[in-house]
Amino acid sequence: MKIVVALKQVIARDSVLRLSADARWVDETDAAYEINEADAYALEAGLQLKEKQGGEVIALCAGPGRVSKAIREALAKGADRAIHIALDQPEQLDSLATARLLVEAVRQEGPDLVLTGLQSDDVGAGQTGVVAAELLGWPHVTLVVGIEPAGGGLRVRRELEGGWFQYVETPLPAVLTIQSGIARLRYATLMGIKRARSKEVRRIDARELLPQNETAAPIVRLREAEKTKQTQILEGPPAEAAAKLVEKLKFEARVL
Amino acid sequence: MHIDSLFTEEELLVRQTAREFVEEHVKPVIRECWNEGRFPDEIIPLMGEMGFFGANLEGYGCAGMSNVDYGLIMQEIERGDSGVRSFISVQSALVMFPIHAYGSEEQKQKWLPKLATGEAIGCFGLTEPDFGSNPGGMRATARLEGDEWVLNGEKTWITNGSIADVAVVWARGEGRVRGFLVEKGTPGYTTSDIHGKLSMRASVTSSLSLNECRIPVANALPGAVGLKTALSCLTQARYGIGWGVIGAAMECYETARQYSLDRKQFDDKPIASHQLVQEKLAWMITEITKAQLLALHVGRLKDQGKADPAHVSMLKRNNVAIALECARISRDLLGANGIMDEYPLMRHMANLETVKTYEGTDHIHALIIGERVTGIPAYR
Ligand SMILES: Cc1cc2nc3c(=O)[nH]c(=O)nc-3n(C[C@H](O)[C@H](O)[C@H](O)COP(=O)(O)OP(=O)(O)OC[C@H]3O[C@@H](n4cnc5c(N)ncnc54)[C@H](O)[C@@H]3O)c2cc1C
Repeated sequence: MKIVVALKQVIARDSVLRLSADARWVDETDAAYEINEADAYALEAGLQLKEKQGGEVIALCAGPGRVSKAIREALAKGADRAIHIALDQPEQLDSLATARLLVEAVRQEGPDLVLTGLQSDDVGAGQTGVVAAELLGWPHVTLVVGIEPAGGGLRVRRELEGGWFQYVETPLPAVLTIQSGIARLRYATLMGIKRARSKEVRRIDARELLPQNETAAPIVRLREAEKTKQTQILEGPPAEAAAKLVEKLKFEARVL
Repeated sequence: MHIDSLFTEEELLVRQTAREFVEEHVKPVIRECWNEGRFPDEIIPLMGEMGFFGANLEGYGCAGMSNVDYGLIMQEIERGDSGVRSFISVQSALVMFPIHAYGSEEQKQKWLPKLATGEAIGCFGLTEPDFGSNPGGMRATARLEGDEWVLNGEKTWITNGSIADVAVVWARGEGRVRGFLVEKGTPGYTTSDIHGKLSMRASVTSSLSLNECRIPVANALPGAVGLKTALSCLTQARYGIGWGVIGAAMECYETARQYSLDRKQFDDKPIASHQLVQEKLAWMITEITKAQLLALHVGRLKDQGKADPAHVSMLKRNNVAIALECARISRDLLGANGIMDEYPLMRHMANLETVKTYEGTDHIHALIIGERVTGIPAYR
């Protein structure tokens, strides 16, 4: 089975974020990056499928030079080769424009399966995988927490609300968006890191891949979340405080 | 300071993977291990899988990474605990290195792959009850009888001693100090653990006793003849320690920095807002940064084959001293909480007292540096 895993590099989870000067993104001067969590699980799911079924795992990542670290990590964990779509300021592409780029690269490979995380930790739109499936004209399954080969296709477990699961069968080729926690993540071992040195990384310029790729919904401005909650302490004897409270609930909060 | 910009992408990945390992497998168990005085031996196979043992050696199942990569692994492991780092130091620099450098092809084939996976454990017996800083005075002897060496003597303070499948033992034979491989279970070879340690509690430390212990001539390390060869192993281990202690210092500093932002005293202000506290944080981060630069420089020299023992002495001595000071200062900044085992400070501090002593005490490294800059040896 030929599997493409689309993964995004995002700013590391524990980072302290500051807005960039133009407030269209965050200041990345001192930023540390990591593979988007759900995408790391997508990679793990891909590697496990390959180990069961045989085949090939190709890591696909769009972004500037820094993403080569994410690609190297994917190769060190066991991806066979990688495609790097060279792209400055990936954050200024919306999900549709990003999906168009990924789909161009996927078409060149013609895989049986595309795996990606269900959403990114930075923007969190949760659309890229689904939109990519539409562009490819392939079926997709979201919120995937289990994958088993079934007949010529896959039997997939989806996570629903409240501890419920749903099983879906899908033919191939298909796109699955993976939920974090689908399997235990493996480490990049030192031997894996060394092996990654000699694996192929094909670099394609985003503009060559897709000369026309307009973003319909660019990020215009980011704002820091404002603290809107406030605490008031009502002083005085209990009866008085209770009367004040009722008054506030009636006329300010309007919940009574 | 953008120290990270001095590392390659691959080195950063090595650091990340070691850090993840420590977060998942060392930190959650280390407090309990320390309290029980137990080495977490359940993580040995995992460390083998990761490629941590003999990581900077080539072939025989070793990862073949650079010395900087190896240093970064030591740093991350010691962020967890110096005892776990000691295990890797001994296995890699004091057991696998001498077999790799001075062993016969047969010895390499027999031991290195198993030591690399952690299937076999090694220890290094140099120190004796009466000879610590001055190993050249050792009393252990080796007598050649036919095709056997007969070993006699006592070794003490030996990390991994009782859990080792193979001991690299140093003894004087035919007029020279020589290295021998003594296998667990060889008649005349016994071990006993040292109890009552208030430092390196999550590490096994033992005494080895050799009493008319006969080993085949083929178990002597053919290249390990002369005290210099024993000392060359120490140079490897000391290099790793110079990096390792940075991890302990970083862990202490980060604990204290976070705590000083959360803890409020006087007018509901975080203690971090006081100048005296900031001075301590500034001192620590400055020393840690200098320690990293020193380690990295020696590492790059070592990768070019240009590091000499005096460089490594400067690295080990300086970095252990500042790490110990960082542990003490951090403990101070946590006040009473600093003495609790909930926080890693007292554990690191106590461990670093050992690290100051083993692998050449602070004094001995001063003497090595002193000899280098004056040409006058002052050991006696
Ligand atoms: C937990 C632990 C694990 C260890 N693991 C190992 C191991 O795996 N293998 C092994 O072989 N050894 C091991 N050691 C032993 C360690 O290497 C020795 O303890 C160390 O070399 C110091 O020797 P000593 O303890 O005999 O101290 P001493 O040599 O007696 O030194 C005591 C003090 O005297 C000072 N001193 C001695 N000589 C001089 C001098 N000429 N000038 C100035 N000051 C001097 C020292 O600096 C020190 O301050 C371990 C020790 C510990 C604590």
